[in-house]
Amino acid sequence: MTVDHKKNHLESVRSILSTLVYPLQYVVNLPLAATHWLSESVVTRQKLMDENTRLNEEHLKLNSRLQRFAILEEENKRLRELLESSVELRERVLVAELIEVELEPYRQQIVINKGLNQGAYDGQPIVDAGGIMGQIIHVGPFSSTVLLITDPTHALPVQINRNGLRAIAVGRGQNGVLSLQHLPTNADIREGDLIVSSGLGHRFPRGYPVGTISEIALIPGEPFAEVSVMPSAKLGSSREVLLVWPYEDQNKEVVKEEVVAN
Amino acid sequence: MLGQQHNGGWVIVVSFVVAIMLTTMPLPDWVMNWRPVWVAMVLIYWCMALPDRVGIGVGWCLGLLLDVQQGTVLGQNALGLAVIAYITIISYQRFRVFPLAQQAVLVAIYLLLFQFFNMWIRGIMGIPSQHWSIWLPALTSMFIWPWLFIILRDIRRKYHVF
Repeated sequence: MTVDHKKNHLESVRSILSTLVYPLQYVVNLPLAATHWLSESVVTRQKLMDENTRLNEEHLKLNSRLQRFAILEEENKRLRELLESSVELRERVLVAELIEVELEPYRQQIVINKGLNQGAYDGQPIVDAGGIMGQIIHVGPFSSTVLLITDPTHALPVQINRNGLRAIAVGRGQNGVLSLQHLPTNADIREGDLIVSSGLGHRFPRGYPVGTISEIALIPGEPFAEVSVMPSAKLGSSREVLLVWPYEDQNKEVVKEEVVAN
Repeated sequence: MLGQQHNGGWVIVVSFVVAIMLTTMPLPDWVMNWRPVWVAMVLIYWCMALPDRVGIGVGWCLGLLLDVQQGTVLGQNALGLAVIAYITIISYQRFRVFPLAQQAVLVAIYLLLFQFFNMWIRGIMGIPSQHWSIWLPALTSMFIWPWLFIILRDIRRKYHVF
């Protein structure tokens, strides 16, 4: 146990055993997946048409916004080149699905259906449509375990979007709230401030939303303010998540571009 | 010779697989804390019924599988299950002659010990769980034990597992 806790030698053993466990998890997940599939396939034509119109509108809106972003990104890149610093904003992503199984109680973990075979790695960041969800802690050949950002043993480096103030967001383990630690009582923070990942520590990509500040409690006599952050990712209800490869080395980039060119 | 001595090993394997699946099954939040410790209960049954076939080694391997499934530290469930298997094996002769109610209470005590081991290791890892609800599974397991016992006994007799 100590070996597993402190070192990573047993990761391969765990990976092999997880191949054994995966079919079980898959079978347990089947009825739920079937229910989802049924409820998706048994919808009326009217509903589908409505959804289609809605999605089309959304697509149009997002596309128009994206055009602006493209210009901004170019401009940003030019300015950064002027400053002689380069930041790669685009990352490779892959969609994974949740396997709905029960894990250890009192910890915030989920299982997803992508593993080593799809190129997932230990410590890989996971995001959903709203923001950062967590990171992979165990990889198996077909599935991986993800530690959510609300777990009490999880912390991630963040910054406040408005003024760039850096902090560390630690999970509380209960009621899906994070707390920002060691912020002095006179720090420039307000309720409703957007918190984004800062990319320090080279594990999470920078610039992904993490949450918004929901409560600031100033306790007299305490040196630090107690700041609660409501995560912007739907940690409890997302069924699809994204695997992100934020810090790929140059070679892989070249290979990918070649593939795209072909 | 071995084939004649033992029979129906697949029944034992299937019962463990079903137990792991019941542990894995997602439940609504309000029943989650009451989930019985299926794997440990099935292990106690087989250790009691067939102490020469199912023992500490099986408990340990089962625990490792459970650890991988639950994402705990390798060995957390394994240690607890091995200890339970050991206690059951040294006391199976007494255990067998107890009436069902007394067995259920004893099972609850064993499972409290199992939960205690889990809590202890989690505490060492720095994941405290002082909430009182960690003792609830032992209680539900106590009420389920008589039914589980009867079902597993009938299965054992039907498929002539010995």
